[in-house]
Amino acid sequence: MTLTTILAQQLVNGLVLGSFYALVALGYTMVFGVVKLLNFAHGDLYMVGAFTGLLALSAVAGAAGTSWVGVGLSILLAMIAVGFLGVVIERIAYAPMLRAPRLSILITALAVSLVLQNGVLTISNGQVLAFSPKLGFAGLNLGPVFINYKQIALAGTAAVLMIALELFITRTQYGRAMRAVSVDRDMSELMGIDVNRVIAVTFFVGSALAGAAGTMAGAYYGSVWYFMGFIIGLKAFTAAVIGGIGSIPGAMLGGLVLGLLESFGTQIPGIGSEWKDVFSFSVLILVLVFKPTGLLGKSEQERM
Amino acid sequence: MALEPGSPGPQSVEARPSAWGGLSAILDTPQKRGITIVVILAAMVIAPQAFGPYATVILTNALLYTILALGLNVVVGYAGLLDLGYAAFFAVGAYSVGILTTGFGWNFWATIPVAVIVAMIAGVIIGGPTLRLRSDYLAIVTLGFGEIVRIAARNLQITGAASGISGIEQPWLFGWHIARQVDFYYVFLVLAVIAILVSVRLANSRLGRAWLYVRHDEDAAEAMGIDRVRVKLAAYIIGAIYGSIGGAFFAVNLTAISPQSFSFQQSTLFLMAVVLGGMGKIPGVILGAFVVVLGPELLRDLGSFRYLVFAVGLLLIMLFRPSGIWPSGGKR
Repeated sequence: MTLTTILAQQLVNGLVLGSFYALVALGYTMVFGVVKLLNFAHGDLYMVGAFTGLLALSAVAGAAGTSWVGVGLSILLAMIAVGFLGVVIERIAYAPMLRAPRLSILITALAVSLVLQNGVLTISNGQVLAFSPKLGFAGLNLGPVFINYKQIALAGTAAVLMIALELFITRTQYGRAMRAVSVDRDMSELMGIDVNRVIAVTFFVGSALAGAAGTMAGAYYGSVWYFMGFIIGLKAFTAAVIGGIGSIPGAMLGGLVLGLLESFGTQIPGIGSEWKDVFSFSVLILVLVFKPTGLLGKSEQERM
Repeated sequence: MALEPGSPGPQSVEARPSAWGGLSAILDTPQKRGITIVVILAAMVIAPQAFGPYATVILTNALLYTILALGLNVVVGYAGLLDLGYAAFFAVGAYSVGILTTGFGWNFWATIPVAVIVAMIAGVIIGGPTLRLRSDYLAIVTLGFGEIVRIAARNLQITGAASGISGIEQPWLFGWHIARQVDFYYVFLVLAVIAILVSVRLANSRLGRAWLYVRHDEDAAEAMGIDRVRVKLAAYIIGAIYGSIGGAFFAVNLTAISPQSFSFQQSTLFLMAVVLGGMGKIPGVILGAFVVVLGPELLRDLGSFRYLVFAVGLLLIMLFRPSGIWPSGGKR
């Protein structure tokens, strides 16, 4: 393989990886924008999404098969289920804490994450479950680079979801309310916006995106287990910070940038794939040192 | 002034907490307090003889957790910063001892200063850039740092990769070979007492008051001339030193260390010890450390289900009793 082929192949890998990061980072950034909360449980919602997707796939297998249609349906079902789970978590755990000191709410979010992880650990008995839809290995040859249909479908679905989200945020009433609440929550409430409802919608949409990413990751990599959300939660946060936390286009850009950085970074001699995670956390720390507002974030005067 | 989410609202205003928390309400005279401490200490001294070797192992572990929880309490309870990668400092201490004693033939006692210095340097590298930013960033960066240390330990040659380091020699102290479990129990008991004394002195020091102000109102503290980045960094580094010393003694106690001992789960257990008993309150933190170690022993039949029980417990405590299980005396 020539260098160009390797680079082109890594470009494809990076974009696929980046799509996952971007979808999960979007939920992080949306929740952060509206309620100023770092939702540690977000990565675990992705994990729950993968398990729900697996369940949904076996449920619809009879009617829709385990091929493209079946997987598409299970993504949809996982989005709805995880979306509602996100709303329930917000109502039970975060709503009572929103005006508590920041440390308390951070620990609460960690507790939610542990409950989800250990809940699934208990249910699944800690096993790695196989998620094997029949999507085949066919693909396209673009010159020397091989792209399989799974990768195309994955990047395509991610793109469609992101465009839908962008339209939702900019064109609908809820989107406008969401932007208003993220600018000034109390003033929005005075203007007659039902803030609690907006927060619920934000959690629903953010969690649903994580659920979609989880199911797609399960189907793409072929397995699910209870700890799969931990690393991606960290990576998605890194992506959100690279793009500028609170910024929705930033999260998309940050996800793709991180995915590309990782897939090219692991090609550098000396940085093998076992150092991949160290590489991205080092990127996170460097971004925080040199450009804490990220690529597209606005600089804000922080009030503690 | 607009009340932002996350900013301390009026309900979070509390009476100035003392490091002893609700204990002062029950034990209101110095005599009562003195007697209680003497009784507890005496019980701890005779415990290995009274309960046998198995209990000694568990209690040694509880004392180790007490030391680490007190260190993490400086970061979380005193300075109000969330550290999710505390096991990293624990690992730094353990690996410094492991590498220097087995690889370079150093004496155990000579490695401790090195372990402390390495932990301090790590603390500055992580804390320096992030403590200037929103406090939330520290939480997630420490989480990443914890992973970096664990992955590095698993992949480097010098740390023995996945199998870790074994054959760490047990130390001698003035002709006393610290080798039996009971010996280590008393070493950890002494260390825990030192850790408690240092924590008490810190809480009452100038730095301790600065942490209190920063925790309650960062802007006001800064307006009063407190350099908030410096005092937060001080808390973070002091916590790192506790963790590193705990790790150093952990390494000689077990004589073998491996990357699994320094996972994210470990960091959350330390944090749970701090939160369960009551952040910032020394008796509460000690209680939390014992609950975290003894609880799983009592729940052993539940298997992995016990972690779920712990997680739900943590969530319920945050929702219904955010100041911990220790009775909170005085006005809220």
